[in-house]
Amino acid sequence: MASPTNTKRLIPWFAAALVLAAIVAAWSWKSGDTEAVLGRTVRAAAPLILGGLCGLIGERSGIVNIGIEGQMLISAFAGFMASSYTAGMGTLASLVIGILAGMIAAALTGTFMGWCAISLKMDQIIAGTVVNIFAAGFTSYAFIQGRTQPTYPQWSVPVLADLPIVGKVFSQGPLTYVAFVVVIIVQFALFRSRWGLRTRAVGEHPSAADTVGIDVLRLRYVNMTIAGSLAGIAGMLLLQSASVFNRGMTNGIGFIALAVMLFGRYRPFGVLLGGLVLGFFNGLQAQLQFRQAFDIPPQFFGMIPFVFTIAVLAFAGVSARPPAAAGVPYEKE
Amino acid sequence: MTTSVLRARGLTKRFPGVLANDSVDLDLNRGEIVGLLGENGAGKSTLVKMLFGVYEPDEGTMEIGGEPADISGPADAIAKGMGMVHQHFQLVGPLTVADNVVLGAEPRSGLFIDEKAAVESVRELSEKFGLDVDPGAVVEDLPVGVQQRVEILKALYRGADILILDEPSAVLTPQETDELLEVMRGLAATGVGIIFITHKLREILAVTDRVVVMRGGAVVGAADTAGSTQEGLAELMVGRPVIFRVEKDQAVPGPTVLYVQGLVARDDRDQRALDNISLQVRSGEIVGVAGVEGNGQRELVETLTGLRRITSGTITIDGEDVTRASPRDIHRLGVGHVPEDREKDGLVSSYSVADNLVLNRYFKKPFSKSGLRDFAAIARNAEKLVADYGVATPAITTGVGTLSGGNKQKVIVARELSETTSLVVASQPTRGVDVGSIEFIHEQLVSARDQGAGVLLVSAELDEIFSLADRIVVLYRGRVVGDMPAADATVEQVGLLMAGAVDA
Repeated sequence: MASPTNTKRLIPWFAAALVLAAIVAAWSWKSGDTEAVLGRTVRAAAPLILGGLCGLIGERSGIVNIGIEGQMLISAFAGFMASSYTAGMGTLASLVIGILAGMIAAALTGTFMGWCAISLKMDQIIAGTVVNIFAAGFTSYAFIQGRTQPTYPQWSVPVLADLPIVGKVFSQGPLTYVAFVVVIIVQFALFRSRWGLRTRAVGEHPSAADTVGIDVLRLRYVNMTIAGSLAGIAGMLLLQSASVFNRGMTNGIGFIALAVMLFGRYRPFGVLLGGLVLGFFNGLQAQLQFRQAFDIPPQFFGMIPFVFTIAVLAFAGVSARPPAAAGVPYEKE
Repeated sequence: MTTSVLRARGLTKRFPGVLANDSVDLDLNRGEIVGLLGENGAGKSTLVKMLFGVYEPDEGTMEIGGEPADISGPADAIAKGMGMVHQHFQLVGPLTVADNVVLGAEPRSGLFIDEKAAVESVRELSEKFGLDVDPGAVVEDLPVGVQQRVEILKALYRGADILILDEPSAVLTPQETDELLEVMRGLAATGVGIIFITHKLREILAVTDRVVVMRGGAVVGAADTAGSTQEGLAELMVGRPVIFRVEKDQAVPGPTVLYVQGLVARDDRDQRALDNISLQVRSGEIVGVAGVEGNGQRELVETLTGLRRITSGTITIDGEDVTRASPRDIHRLGVGHVPEDREKDGLVSSYSVADNLVLNRYFKKPFSKSGLRDFAAIARNAEKLVADYGVATPAITTGVGTLSGGNKQKVIVARELSETTSLVVASQPTRGVDVGSIEFIHEQLVSARDQGAGVLLVSAELDEIFSLADRIVVLYRGRVVGDMPAADATVEQVGLLMAGAVDA
């Protein structure tokens, strides 16, 4: 008889086995659709993962960030404009400049939210709302219809991209791979590095960190800026898929990223899993709409990721324990 | 020969309108424990904050290890070998003991923290100084006494040879306090100099080598502990003679006010915290509830005051069944409640003294007229209670959160006892309160009794139980294991019952 803790440890493996079985079954039923859904799963997961990490890094150090949506939109806008105006410098240079511009714009937005929350001690929900409203308004106003930018290349991993079932997973835009590398780095940094320990301490009990000589405010600024640059990559991922800026193109992904963060219980690998699950629903609904399956109006399929988000917020949100100092400005004694 | 590790001369600190520290001298030698004794507001914290570099002294000099020292801030103080254990622990709950200890000075190997080295140094330190702690344990799962050891380890890890303990026993049970005193002796034996801030005379006498008494921002006495007496120190600290034996006449118990029968209730973790409790309190008597903390005292008080649901059993107050009554219904029967956690359950810190004094009556006439508050009546009530109960506050409009612990408690006592007619439920009423206020609060409880109220006094301090109670009830694991007249009880007997060693 396995002890309860052992049984609990088996759950993820059991789940993984179920998922694998389901994929194989789906593939033997409809191979093309299954491959497409898996490819889209990874593509849709990437911005959710980076957005979720943005929220996670901020909140782990004590700042609640609901402005991820706005940061992504600003990034996509800045990146598109930068790439568009530097298109003459060649595809690679133009894309790199665009990515940097997007990351910097979102990072600065993060610093700004940090300033509101840390120095002005503003309500953090309001600071995030300000960013979201500003981003939506400003990018719509300043966007110039008809501009274009170079298209992102597709990178196929040799050998893996030729595999059956999972082949399409390994044929993605370059930034998608970046997302999966970043999540691994953040996981190890958060739980093994000095920065990570201090970040967690500052998010739980800032005065404890202060009394051992950690600069609480500085660390929060740094984290909001780093987190912003990750939201920047998330925004550029949308641009990577669309190749052109659209008004309101984030379409709620920045908010779903918050649900992903909760689903992942403030752990990077949890965010990875949450991103993949939601990415899967996204891929599924896109494929179902594309196929016009089952004679059901496509809008119903479009709802799937949002329904799932609500379910996550209702169930996972209850059990996820946020850092104790999240949302509370730090005041020195 | 003694070696000086810390020497302060003429430290002075002024705040606008207040001379917080007036030319204070302090010496600390290697391996010595110096008690810093004083009431709340005597200037102990200001002094310590100057030593630790939080405040810059306006005048005065300091020497550390014989060298002149100018401390620019806490980080500098730590670098110069000082360690401080704050009254409110500075520990990160979800992190392990080892992570908490090394936080801010983490050993590294490559990019990552060297967890092995961290655990190893914590283990070494705890062996060297006799502080038994598991480095891998998560801090929030540990009892308060052990958390405090983690705080001490933090200081030692940073190489402290001067340790400042700020009211370390305020949050501890008597048993944990004894362990702490033992730890302090051990640390001193290894050469650490300790400044021990407290207002508990028993602890000063038990553990210190010398004692420095402060009052009104100045040192009013310094002596070797060996020649000091409790009465002498208390008089120095308060500025007048203090009566330790509470003056009270023989109780004249009347009819039963509180009647509890077969009470069962669960705690916040859904464990059975009260297991078939039956007890009675008669009017005109003080019943002391003794027990090691966490044996159901909190749940008992909460069920009696309507703050916790009861699983089964009945509670009757003045003949009325209040088993399922709301806190306000119970209050209407003339029950006063002095809660254990005054910051959390007794006061609204951001409200004024006046508003806090009507928290239990604001809805009644004359404080409320046709749904609107009558500020004049509220102010009159506040003026009267502040005067009657000697609350030291700049004004009745002052935020209650800025008052000292003793004065906060007086605000609660004034509110709860001034209207009480039948029953007072007081939980740890003098915890973290200075001697002068303790004396006053004790007098108030006795006078409530003499006016015919029944008093249920829950306290972790056996001294308090023995000096006040007419009858003693002992709780152990949610059960009443002893119920006896105070006159017949001995400390040893009650102590054994508290430990669950014998059945009464």
